[in-house]
Amino acid sequence: MTALSRDDVAHLAHLARLAVTDEELDLFAGQLDVILSSVAHVADVAADDIPPTTHAVPLTNITRPDALGPCLHPDEVLAAAPAAQGGRFRVPRILNEPA
Amino acid sequence: MTASSSLTAGTAVEIAALIASGEVSAVEVTQAHLDRIASDDGALHAFLRVDTDGALASAKAVDDQRAAGESLGPLAGVPLALKDVVVTRGLETTSGSKILAGWIPPYDATITARIKAAGIVILGKTNMDEFAMGSSTENSGFGPSHNPWDLDRIPGGSSGGSSAAVAGGLAPLGIGTDTGGSIRQPAAVTGLVGHKPTYGGVSRYGLIAFSSSLDQAGPFGRTVLDTALLHETIAGHDLSDSTSIPAPVPPVVAAARAGASGDLTGLRVGVVRELGGHGFADGYEPGVLTSVGEAVEVMAGLGAEIVEVSCPHFGYALAAYYLIAPSEASSNLARFDAVRYGLRVGDDGVRGLDEVMALTRQAGFGPEVKRRIMIGTYALSSGYYEAYYGQAQKVRTLISRDFAAAFGAADVLVSPSTPTVAFPLGARTDNPLAMYAADLCTLPASLAGTPAISVPSGLSDGLPVGLQIMAPALADDRCYRVAAAVESALDARRGHPLLQEIPIR
Repeated sequence: MTALSRDDVAHLAHLARLAVTDEELDLFAGQLDVILSSVAHVADVAADDIPPTTHAVPLTNITRPDALGPCLHPDEVLAAAPAAQGGRFRVPRILNEPA
Repeated sequence: MTASSSLTAGTAVEIAALIASGEVSAVEVTQAHLDRIASDDGALHAFLRVDTDGALASAKAVDDQRAAGESLGPLAGVPLALKDVVVTRGLETTSGSKILAGWIPPYDATITARIKAAGIVILGKTNMDEFAMGSSTENSGFGPSHNPWDLDRIPGGSSGGSSAAVAGGLAPLGIGTDTGGSIRQPAAVTGLVGHKPTYGGVSRYGLIAFSSSLDQAGPFGRTVLDTALLHETIAGHDLSDSTSIPAPVPPVVAAARAGASGDLTGLRVGVVRELGGHGFADGYEPGVLTSVGEAVEVMAGLGAEIVEVSCPHFGYALAAYYLIAPSEASSNLARFDAVRYGLRVGDDGVRGLDEVMALTRQAGFGPEVKRRIMIGTYALSSGYYEAYYGQAQKVRTLISRDFAAAFGAADVLVSPSTPTVAFPLGARTDNPLAMYAADLCTLPASLAGTPAISVPSGLSDGLPVGLQIMAPALADDRCYRVAAAVESALDARRGHPLLQEIPIR
């Protein structure tokens, strides 16, 4: 596999919403490259006609009764939030214009 | 030996019997463990937080039930160490991450509720690698735990706080979660029994998700029977987890009792060549292979037929795992967005959500979590998905087929639980790949979703070695039956349980 550059790692960090430092970019670029190189050999297995697996016991169409049940209490939920206002989560601005 | 130290050295079965007969109260048992934590956990750092009031209240409730003549469950009043990945209503839960420091969950996990309903006393929440990513607890956001056999060594991970607590005399029972080996590996390096149930056998509702197609909670104990009793307490179908298996819990307690008689006549034991066998011993310590080999000879002495089996795709398990687990983690950990719970950094009224989110995640996540999120982001990105995640999921199928073929020739498969004894703290922290190798033997059963147990086989250089026993899906009882036979034969030969050889500090 191609080597992962510092810029590649910066792009991944942006996609993953991680404000990594310059120092970390240097460290992670080397480490991620080693890790990805070592796992790339999964591609060596001939598996074109092999179906993927996700569960030891295949399950389909899982449903449960459409019945009322207990739900979380809003006060308890909002008490655990980093910021709440007027019974809702308070969020920083989500659009890219200045406030 | 004081009365209090005999209470903390006993098995769960012994402690439950003392409580049921009225010889000691559940409150006395809990207080003895709280005292032990106060004196010893400074050195072990098994617990992130101790719930003194909650534990004493739960114990008193058991004593009140007994006084009222109500029937008690088989583990009523027995204390337990709960891994901090399991949410507990009203009790701080962090999953070992600073990003969740101070978070008070508004609900109980299904297994928390089942533990409470059984009258088991939750002493507190145990340390772990951050979001269960690691094999040593050194990735915890709150400092590492220490192995009670040698405080300079790791107690395994990611469930290393629970293993340190149970081996170190702080709790007779523990709960761990196993995504790639995080119950079996810490059990092995601390001289405990630890079982990873069949995927779907124990509800994941209320476990803070790491890799959803692999995560599975399970029990730690000092004996196979204790471990089986805790397994039966937490297992079983749960409508709150759509991957939960709608089938009866395998009869693991009956199997543990039957196995203790020590008869394995007619059982076919498959030794997996690719896990430390001839030509595949690189990275395995000779002392580990010797100890496991002796346990296999013990099985033969109990009447088992030993065969060698080959599972050619197990060599790809590490690579497949380190694509699947980070991919699912990068998706699961997207929920830490600085909005609904946990940390928020940089919200100055000017910065937008994207920037606040990135600053928060940067400040709240440790290096291993960041590495895995970025690997997963890469493996799931357009153009790489099929080559990495898709291909890894196909390799899982091939590993499952290897298991199916091997289970045609053998009833259970065996291997070392981990290639080495507990390594020194700090030995692998700069080398992620060396750390990942601790999971070499446990990953195949994780990827196939099949059950596997680790049971002590002996010591190498004075440190515990674990034997892994793997069984087909839903045949968890087979793991327990064979483990109990090995345990009783080895205990008889040694004259005492292995844990009694733990050095007294």
